[in-house]
Amino acid sequence: MATEKFITIESSAIPLPIENVDTDQIIPARFLKATTRNGFGENLFRDWRYDKTNKKIDSFILNNSKYSGKILVGGKNFGSGSSREHAAWAIADYGFKVVVSSFFADIFKNNTLNNGLLPVQVTDNFLKKIFDAIEKDAQTKLHVDLVNQTITIKATGESEKFDINPYKKTCLINGYDDIDYLISLKDKIEAFEKKS
Amino acid sequence: MNKKTLFDKIWDSHVVAEVEGGPSVLYIDRHLIHEVTSPQAFAGLDKRGIKVARPSQTFATPDHNVPTIDQHLIIRDELSRTQVEKLTENCNRHSVNLFGLGHPWQGVVHVVGPELGITLPGSTMVCGDSHTSTHGAFGAVAFGVGTSEVEMVLATQCIMQPKPKKMLIEVNGKLGKGVTSKDIVLYIISKITASGGTGYFIEFAGSAIRGLSMEARMTICNMSIESGARGGLIAPDDTTFEYVKGREFAPKGADWDKAVTYWKTLKTDEGASFDKVFSFEAEDIEPMITYGTNPGMGCKISATLPTGNDLTDNDKNTFLKSFAYMGIEPNTKMLGRKVDYVFVGSCTNGRIEDFRSFAAFVKGKQKANNVVVWLVPGSKQVEKQCIAEGIDKQLAAAGFELRQPGCSACLAMNDDKVPEGKYAVATSNRNFEGRQGPGSRTFLASPLTAAAAALTGVITDPRNFL
Repeated sequence: MATEKFITIESSAIPLPIENVDTDQIIPARFLKATTRNGFGENLFRDWRYDKTNKKIDSFILNNSKYSGKILVGGKNFGSGSSREHAAWAIADYGFKVVVSSFFADIFKNNTLNNGLLPVQVTDNFLKKIFDAIEKDAQTKLHVDLVNQTITIKATGESEKFDINPYKKTCLINGYDDIDYLISLKDKIEAFEKKS
Repeated sequence: MNKKTLFDKIWDSHVVAEVEGGPSVLYIDRHLIHEVTSPQAFAGLDKRGIKVARPSQTFATPDHNVPTIDQHLIIRDELSRTQVEKLTENCNRHSVNLFGLGHPWQGVVHVVGPELGITLPGSTMVCGDSHTSTHGAFGAVAFGVGTSEVEMVLATQCIMQPKPKKMLIEVNGKLGKGVTSKDIVLYIISKITASGGTGYFIEFAGSAIRGLSMEARMTICNMSIESGARGGLIAPDDTTFEYVKGREFAPKGADWDKAVTYWKTLKTDEGASFDKVFSFEAEDIEPMITYGTNPGMGCKISATLPTGNDLTDNDKNTFLKSFAYMGIEPNTKMLGRKVDYVFVGSCTNGRIEDFRSFAAFVKGKQKANNVVVWLVPGSKQVEKQCIAEGIDKQLAAAGFELRQPGCSACLAMNDDKVPEGKYAVATSNRNFEGRQGPGSRTFLASPLTAAAAALTGVITDPRNFL
């Protein structure tokens, strides 16, 4: 089933300069009890966003109206820990289209790609430049171009190339889905089973 | 001849097709599922109007949500109950093997797979759970996946995966008294960090690993994900074959002999190359404990915690945030800190050997009054074995009781939640913020260190009792 097509995006970004943001922080386990994919954005970063009386914690970035945008910028080793795809669903459901970090955990990265959410891995140096640019101007724009695999800080014009698996890139650009592809391999899979 | 690692041999023999410039299409021999990460995948199949491709290779059990007391009663939490019921409904509709609540084989999915002989050397396994790496202890390529990938495997028995790089971690020498496989893996992660394994599949080798039981090996492979690695595996040997033989789903008769002949070929060729190699000495490892909010923040139990003075920028902020959350000062000691809860269980340390060693440790002593202790067997079979061996009675005499099997306080999806601000010594695998309940603070350690804390009410070196 097709996912939404992805080509370029230009948006302000929300900075989260914390390392090792694990998927338990992105979506705590007690919110994994749904049986559908929708609605997880409500509890994105739940325990950083709300206190135990469900009151918003003003100091947390998502509660600061100065910051907005479709790009989430995290510290290194983003998405570590639990394999819960609910983390990718929560980020996408909240309205993000891109997650930027200098390092992503493997399972999380696969999960984002399977949900039309683009993980952009940049160098530590470029990540710092992005954080600096946002600190200077909360509404500074980032431009992400999937076709040319570049991310640009509009204010300074500084740009960096990012890697993406060519197959996954094609899937994102065209809105293809792995399962459709795998189903088309039915004969090959059956032949493999016979010979092993 | 092309020299191959153990990982290469298993991976390469399961590639159905290669996508140009893309991931491999990998055949999956065994697929384990549980109630939390599967409902959306089944819903996806329904939307496409297709059935589970290979139900006989798919095994399900509810574990994450289940209560650990009064399992014969209806689950009180409505959402948990719905997920567990949904699993039953989906498995019935698709003819998938299900070990539901009350079934003698129910339990934590990564405890159940090995004890039923579902986990076999040389096989590929996935589950929508990061600790699927546990099964690597048998010389299997086993790794955790997301729900979209669960759907892929349900639909086609295949998954699309880029091949990870290869890492070798050797541990040689003899382990000291009171040092367990949990300490080995916490030590390794403290050395290579919580992201040091990202992008890799680890092979654990060396004399200290070779000398471990299957259950101890599972503890190590289980936590390979906590270094960021996709998985970890250990070459199968006589210890492995001995463990697998005769189990419910293991090959029998002539098939068994044929299988063992093949399994004996499953080792890394001499001279095969790895992308990264680490070597550690068993003598350097002491009982370990974590102090921070990721499993890489661990130290020897007798150590003084780092000062953080050498860190800068984000590293420093992250370090300080972690200490603030834990309510701990840098440059202090772990020994003697007050403990409020002790949790023994999970796919990391919820097997019979863990309960045997805990029970032997507390024998003739008494639980500390200030500590709440949750002892949660990893499966119905572990629970049954505890009763058969009289472990439940030994525990009762020392002031402890056994609960019923499930993931429990490892991730606190059920009622087993550590309250805000309280400290728990846990034999599970993650010390993330809020992992054991909102505001909970976790110290990861071995069952022996957990037992020492349960008796004294403070963090205690288990070697003091040995």
